[in-house]
Amino acid sequence: MHMADALLSPAVGGTLWAASSGTIAYCSAKVRKDIDDRKVPLMGVLGAFLFAAQMINFSIPGTGSSGHLGGGLLLTILLGPHAAFLTIASVLVVQALFFADGGLLALGCNIFNLGLFPAFVAYPYIYKKIAGERPGQARITVAAIAAAVAGLAMGAFAVVLETVSSGITSLPFSTFVVLMLPIHLAIGIVEGVVTAAVVTFVYKARPEILQGAIEARPVAGHPLRNVLLAFLAAALLTGGVVSWFASGDPDGLEWSIAKVTGKDELKGPEHGIHGVLAALQEKIAFLPDYSFRKPAETKSEGPGAEGGAKPEGDARKGEGSKLGTSVSGIVGGLITLVIVFLAGFLLKRRSQTA
Amino acid sequence: MASIEGTILDFKRLDQLARGGTSLHRIDARAKVLVALVFILSVVSFDRYALTALFPFFLYPVVILALGNLPADYFVKKVVLFLPFALAVGMLNPLFDREVVVRVGSFGVTGGWVSCASILVRAILTVSAALLLVGVTGFPEICRALERLGVPQTFAVQLLFLYRYIFVLTEEGARSSRARELRSFGGKGLGIKSYGSLVGHLLLRTWMRADRIHMAMLARGFTGAFHARHPSRFGGKETLFLLGWSTLFLVLRLRNVSQLLGSLVTGTFP
Amino acid sequence: MSHHLVEAVHLRHVYPDGTVALRDVSFRITHGESVAVIGANGAGKSTLLLHLNGYLTPTSGVVRVGDQSFTKKTLPEIRRRVGMVFQDPDDQLFMPTVYEDVAFGPVNLGLSTAEVEARVREALERVGAAHLRDRPPYRLSGGEKKRVAIATVLSMAPDILVMDEPTNGLDPFARRRIIELLKDFHHTRIFTSHDLDMVLELCERTIVLHEGEVRADGPTGEIFRNEGLLAECSLEKPLSMQGCPVCGSSGKQEAEGG
Repeated sequence: MHMADALLSPAVGGTLWAASSGTIAYCSAKVRKDIDDRKVPLMGVLGAFLFAAQMINFSIPGTGSSGHLGGGLLLTILLGPHAAFLTIASVLVVQALFFADGGLLALGCNIFNLGLFPAFVAYPYIYKKIAGERPGQARITVAAIAAAVAGLAMGAFAVVLETVSSGITSLPFSTFVVLMLPIHLAIGIVEGVVTAAVVTFVYKARPEILQGAIEARPVAGHPLRNVLLAFLAAALLTGGVVSWFASGDPDGLEWSIAKVTGKDELKGPEHGIHGVLAALQEKIAFLPDYSFRKPAETKSEGPGAEGGAKPEGDARKGEGSKLGTSVSGIVGGLITLVIVFLAGFLLKRRSQTA
Repeated sequence: MASIEGTILDFKRLDQLARGGTSLHRIDARAKVLVALVFILSVVSFDRYALTALFPFFLYPVVILALGNLPADYFVKKVVLFLPFALAVGMLNPLFDREVVVRVGSFGVTGGWVSCASILVRAILTVSAALLLVGVTGFPEICRALERLGVPQTFAVQLLFLYRYIFVLTEEGARSSRARELRSFGGKGLGIKSYGSLVGHLLLRTWMRADRIHMAMLARGFTGAFHARHPSRFGGKETLFLLGWSTLFLVLRLRNVSQLLGSLVTGTFP
Repeated sequence: MSHHLVEAVHLRHVYPDGTVALRDVSFRITHGESVAVIGANGAGKSTLLLHLNGYLTPTSGVVRVGDQSFTKKTLPEIRRRVGMVFQDPDDQLFMPTVYEDVAFGPVNLGLSTAEVEARVREALERVGAAHLRDRPPYRLSGGEKKRVAIATVLSMAPDILVMDEPTNGLDPFARRRIIELLKDFHHTRIFTSHDLDMVLELCERTIVLHEGEVRADGPTGEIFRNEGLLAECSLEKPLSMQGCPVCGSSGKQEAEGG
């Protein structure tokens, strides 16, 4: 369920990064104040444990395929929301850097999607409510499944929202939802079952581990609300900053695609914050029959606008060059690649013999 | 997921490379982290149809690879390995975006293909940037740089501990997993119940290990905070590195250099 | 010199789950002594050690290090003076590089950067690991890890060195290096070990624990000659005292009087 850099626009990615960073800072402060400094090595090794556990597979009955533990819910049960969030985030950072799981722009989204929902929503509001104090095995299983499904569903939905509002993929919203949600529901059930299996095991062998986790509740107030507020603030701030950046830039950013399609009214008064927010709003609006706007379809300038080898293309070369897909663009691109790799090759030879 | 042993070896290899002695390795980690950041931001800020404009950006990974004396085949292999995922992501575009945006001769290329290619190129660039950053800096140094750039100490320490114990835990996990595999005949033993038990045991051992580490920390005077004693300089070289690359990225972002080159060429050779 | 005294008086420790790990342990170790604490698994050795730096508190009885009892205020100083090396070096090497691990103690003591550097260098040289300075711990062999673990404690300039199973899991060469290293120390040394041959070489005094109690406390050679005692405590003579496997004669018994 990792988001990919490729699908994310800088605006959405940046916003989610801000939200994740804010949450990391908040959780760091909370964990630091925790008098139990055992948390420091515990978070580290449990993160490593999760990392290792994710590489061990089990076969899913009936499907013939194998799965592995996600672990967000498990960590929250063991560590409490704040420490768990940090641990999950740290594992994702390592995965992004070393395994290209998603990428660095999407990391903010992934931390948010895979960390926030299990730790701050699914665990306190679903798992704990169902499991209560000293639960039996059946209760743990039900609570874990419910929480895992909820957490994953929220995460999956978030992925859809983030992707669609980024506008890089052409996949329509409705199709996306239909693709994502059922799969993640199924994954959630498996995750819940596996989490319950591990939790039950621990509960039987060393119940004090779970008791300790339950008692260490530093929560006073509403962490979810605070996080949402931080998110909102970050979103507004980022939106403002990015649009300020965008308004000075003549070409290249998403909003200028609208220019190509003839929405010249984006220039002028609406090119500032209003324009951005309006554009964002339009994209976020999710009605059942919402389908993603394809820039090329809205104008008759479509096929002919992009310059090419056609004689009349000359006049339109201006538009085509914006998309970088005119012939000269292609030629230039190839030449650039050759130069770049040649340079690299020569440099390498030099540093090896030097 | 990759085999556990393979993963550990990979980590170790990357960690080894980061200890290389080139001048690039010696540059303060903060500069390298910031440059990588600017690079990624520049690349991802392009619109969906940008393709040839992205090509000049390959200069950065190529130069870093060369100057850092890193093995090209290793990194190319890693990038290629993850390409199918990027492709899967981008593959949907040609299905939905069928308007032709460019004609090469009588052959029309739809926007969907262009944006798909753009997604691929972008992915290659950003992934390479991340991997190469680790290759010339090393994960622990990156964590320290992040801390000095403002990341909360609790999180930076968490990253360090995580990294340190991944080597230990993955080996333990590999041993248990292998033992289970050897005793599962025809796949009968790989179900959820045995998994729960295996992982449960691993978890308990991990928990006890955390206790012992804590003991060792206390025995050496740990009282909750880590005191940073890292001499590192952000000097002229670092400033030059940062400004130089950032300026280049900015220029490449604002002007389609491929286009310019191409116009030059096609202009002189009609 | 009383401030290097290690003393236990009727020490008793019961774990939260009811296990009585130590029933009644008393001993007195003076400055410069080299003492081994031996016994079967579960006899209480590790539990005893953990009292020596205040990690565990006695259920009843007293533990004293250098005439000081353990309070919140005295704890940091006691932990500096009692250098404890645990069984699994991976638990002790938790920093990214050897240098940082060895520096961890001095840094926590608040020493200046220059002093920390000096301490680290000295400690690494003493254990013969100066060339391992910048290595990450996962790239060390078992023997190297053990030596570095010792260095992490030496850098705090302890007066008393406590080690839990110093030669555990080491190949013969690494084991020999550790033994030679430990011979060179003139601190008070307290080891637990199953390696009775090492005990014979290094420790003039041995305390035998059995089911949480001190069954014997005296010169090492004497104790190892007492076969009845050893058998009762689920122990055996060290291999070097067990007689030649070829000709059956008991060779080194008399010479190794302790």
